[in-house]
Amino acid sequence: MAIANILLVDDEKPFLETMTRRLAKREFITASASSGHEAIKLLEKNDELEVVVLDVKMPEMDGLQTLKIIRQRFPLVEVIMLTGHATIESAIEGMKLGAFDYLMKPCEMEELISKVREAAAKKRRHKEKIIEAQLKEITMRRI
Amino acid sequence: MNQENRLKDPYYKSLKRKMLFIIMAVSFAPLIMVSGIILNQFSVSYNEKLNAHLGELVLKHRQNIDGFLLEKLNNIRFMAKSFTVEELNNEVFLRNNLAALQTEYGSVFEDLGVINEKGIQVTYAGPFKLENARYSDAEWFRKAIKSDYFISDVFLGLRGIPHFIITVRQKSNGKPWILRATISFVAFNSLVENLRIGKTGFAFILNNKGEFQSKPGFEVVHGKSYSFYESIKSGRKTKDGIFFSEMADDSGKENLYVASLIKNGDWILIYQQDKSDAFLDLTHAKQIAFFIILIGGIIIVVTAFLLSKRMVARIAQADGEKELMNQQVIETGKLASLGELAAGIAHEINNPVAIMVEEAGWVHDLMEDEQFSSKENKDEFERALAQIKTQGKRCREITRKLLSFARKTDTCIEDVRINEVINDVISFCAQRAKFSNIVIKSKLQENLPVLRLSHTEIQQVLLNLMNNALDSLEKRGGNITLTSWLEGDEVVISVADNGPGIPRANLARIFDPFFTTKPVGKGTGLGLSICYGIIKKMGGEIDVRSVVDAGTTFYIRLPSRRND
Repeated sequence: MAIANILLVDDEKPFLETMTRRLAKREFITASASSGHEAIKLLEKNDELEVVVLDVKMPEMDGLQTLKIIRQRFPLVEVIMLTGHATIESAIEGMKLGAFDYLMKPCEMEELISKVREAAAKKRRHKEKIIEAQLKEITMRRI
Repeated sequence: MNQENRLKDPYYKSLKRKMLFIIMAVSFAPLIMVSGIILNQFSVSYNEKLNAHLGELVLKHRQNIDGFLLEKLNNIRFMAKSFTVEELNNEVFLRNNLAALQTEYGSVFEDLGVINEKGIQVTYAGPFKLENARYSDAEWFRKAIKSDYFISDVFLGLRGIPHFIITVRQKSNGKPWILRATISFVAFNSLVENLRIGKTGFAFILNNKGEFQSKPGFEVVHGKSYSFYESIKSGRKTKDGIFFSEMADDSGKENLYVASLIKNGDWILIYQQDKSDAFLDLTHAKQIAFFIILIGGIIIVVTAFLLSKRMVARIAQADGEKELMNQQVIETGKLASLGELAAGIAHEINNPVAIMVEEAGWVHDLMEDEQFSSKENKDEFERALAQIKTQGKRCREITRKLLSFARKTDTCIEDVRINEVINDVISFCAQRAKFSNIVIKSKLQENLPVLRLSHTEIQQVLLNLMNNALDSLEKRGGNITLTSWLEGDEVVISVADNGPGIPRANLARIFDPFFTTKPVGKGTGLGLSICYGIIKKMGGEIDVRSVVDAGTTFYIRLPSRRND
């Protein structure tokens, strides 16, 4: 199993490409989307995705709007906000809306990886708990 | 530009002149107009009143003199008609009658005489020896014998003393005879002499040949002809028959003449007065008016001068304040527009910098798989990539500061004890100061009022000033003194160092954004600009005084509202 299944969302394509390569080299499975809409579509298609690294400032649908939709439709997926200083308030707002954490651009690879690991671990714990609960329910019914 | 220099500006000089002129014009115009009109009215009415008064006076005297002459004539007529020529030719009878007249009228009648048709005074009663005096050649006799009664001009006659005579003609047995009375010149003259006004006003009488019939108030030069009669008669005449005219006498003095014909137009009664004497009261009034105008004028000039000076000084001061305010508005506007620009730039720069750093990271990642021909090359690659990363971080630091400069955050206003903040700042800097051999001192006034402001912001300002002071003393050590005190309603904080100071040329620019003297990479030039913005926002002032090689002191003045 990969370390984590990541979806990178940013309107800056060169950033996406390099990031994807660097994360892949560190044995992360990564998908990338250059807009909020694209990210939602990918999440719909691929339920393996565990962590979304989401840029706050994007054209059309911005990071916060995308976050709201993700929280509603994919509650198990963890979101890390990626922001410049100008939008630091938005990032904090994101935390209130249920983002796992936020990171400042340009970010340290090590920092990103450690945040992604934590987020992935949290997501997996959640999932395990849900599976456990479901198992319990099935077992209870059988008894 | 200070106040004094400003007032030397031609604009303010001309403004002052204009103001002076306008104030004087609007003050003098009514003063002169009102005084002129009043004076003119007064002058006209005074003139009229004086003329009316003198006219009245002359009229009364005319009636008086005419009455006197008529009365004397009637006395003689009565006597001539009452008695026969025979009775009157009795010298004793005539003397008795003279005595009776003299008892009744004093010494007005000097003598009486009866003259026959040949001009010989047949009977005489009086002080002179004029019995049988021959008057047939006398001019008055020729006139007297032709008319029922006659009053002569003043003449010397046989006695050699000025007098005039009244004659009444009667007939006896078909032959005319004349009763003659001499009227004392002194008694007649006193009637005219009574008319005296002021110092120079007097009256006299002329006959129609211009000869004096009474003694005038001036010395009469013998043989000289006085042209009063014609000149006066050509003057203004009222319906009462009073003549008014003005003439200059030989010495050039203007005289006023009021005259009236008497004795059926044979004589003229003239009243003469020096014009300056007649108009003495008017002259006094004019002098007082002139004095009042003069004093008023002086007061107006002084007031106008002081007022214009003070007003122009006020205007200049207001202009100065406006100029200063404009500068501040420009400064604030500069900061605000720069802030907006900074926010945009900061964000735009962050993205490319993030990509660059990531690319460098990617290269670093790839290097792990590469076999380098020499270790030096690998080290050099790593150093270069590390440098890219370091510079990326530096960019991030710059944009972070720019954004904190530009951001309009809702800062939390709270009660702040400024001395506590100062002590906190001192403790933050203590470690760095120790290594650089810098001593931090504090002189804090106790019981300063609690200030309502953002704790973090004032801390940021003080830290910034402290950092600058520490930077300036880093090389050679020194002292930093933090002081706080109350000045009126303001709390003043000063941060003073004894470092190298700031050159005069830089002093004016130190609060400008991006102005720095620190080496490249050490300062952004935004620190003091941010401090300036924060203190201004708090309603305070930040100021700097610096002397090269002696040190720099920053002063922060914060308003305290104790009663809040």
